[in-house]
Amino acid sequence: MARRPPEPVQVVKQRRDAALGALVGSVPYATYLGVEFERHGDELTAVLNYSERLIGNPRLPALHGGVTAAFLEVTAIIELSWARLWDGIESGAIDAESLNPETLPRMPKTIDFRVDYLRTGLPRDAYARARINRSGRRYASVHVEAWQDNRARLFAQGTGHFLMPGRDG
Amino acid sequence: MADRKAELARQFIEAIPHSRALGMELTEIGDGMAAIRMPYDARFVGDPVSGVIHGGAVSALMDTCGGAAVMSHPKAPAGTATIDLRIDYMRPATPGQAIRAEATCYHITRTVAFVRATATDDDDDRPVATATGAFTVEGA
Repeated sequence: MARRPPEPVQVVKQRRDAALGALVGSVPYATYLGVEFERHGDELTAVLNYSERLIGNPRLPALHGGVTAAFLEVTAIIELSWARLWDGIESGAIDAESLNPETLPRMPKTIDFRVDYLRTGLPRDAYARARINRSGRRYASVHVEAWQDNRARLFAQGTGHFLMPGRDG
Repeated sequence: MADRKAELARQFIEAIPHSRALGMELTEIGDGMAAIRMPYDARFVGDPVSGVIHGGAVSALMDTCGGAAVMSHPKAPAGTATIDLRIDYMRPATPGQAIRAEATCYHITRTVAFVRATATDDDDDRPVATATGAFTVEGA
């Protein structure tokens, strides 16, 4: 029995990046905040590109607490949606190139979200990664960590619960 | 004194770049209570199919409103920063409608201020979200 040759690396990357791009691009608020996602395999790192309009305290200056909360929540929702898409993209059941807001699965809905502000958000880029602690048929629990200069010195962390969309819509 | 404090808090809130970017208007402030209105804007949408505003924008509104409530409290000497904020989302805000948040600083110590907040759209009787938070109390 002949084994299928592995796919060329650029085909794999293009498919995954197209799906991620369609997913992130479908959330206007993520674009508005200046949030982008870097991908290594299936691991995502969210990047919040610094801009002056993200400031909450002009005297310090510091990032707005609401920006930090929004950044964490965007990261959690994209991670959940991405994890749900992954198998379909890899198996070919979902055509990554043709994904758009109409064909993407519906977004998870936030039930609750809690943010701990550990340090002042400095006026520079920030990064975040989400970990799905539980993902059931209807509910999911996600933890997000955010940092700036040092990965080990978090400036914020968050935990949220989400209602997952039905598989059929 | 209370009026002056409210005025200072108002000036501070209205000067926040991100609150201005989100179009927030302070509609009421004083004695540990604040109300802020955020108009609907397609750029703040979280779900493109439904047109519902992203939870993150609601968080920004709740956080700003909570901070304003703390700053306007008679026992708060000056600035404040959020320690933690938890938001419960009861229902999606109706697309096209402004979201209004009301926050109350219901308890304050020398170091910590405790806040409750509610957000509604045009249907006042059914909250969109509620929040509870702890804020720092910073010296003058």
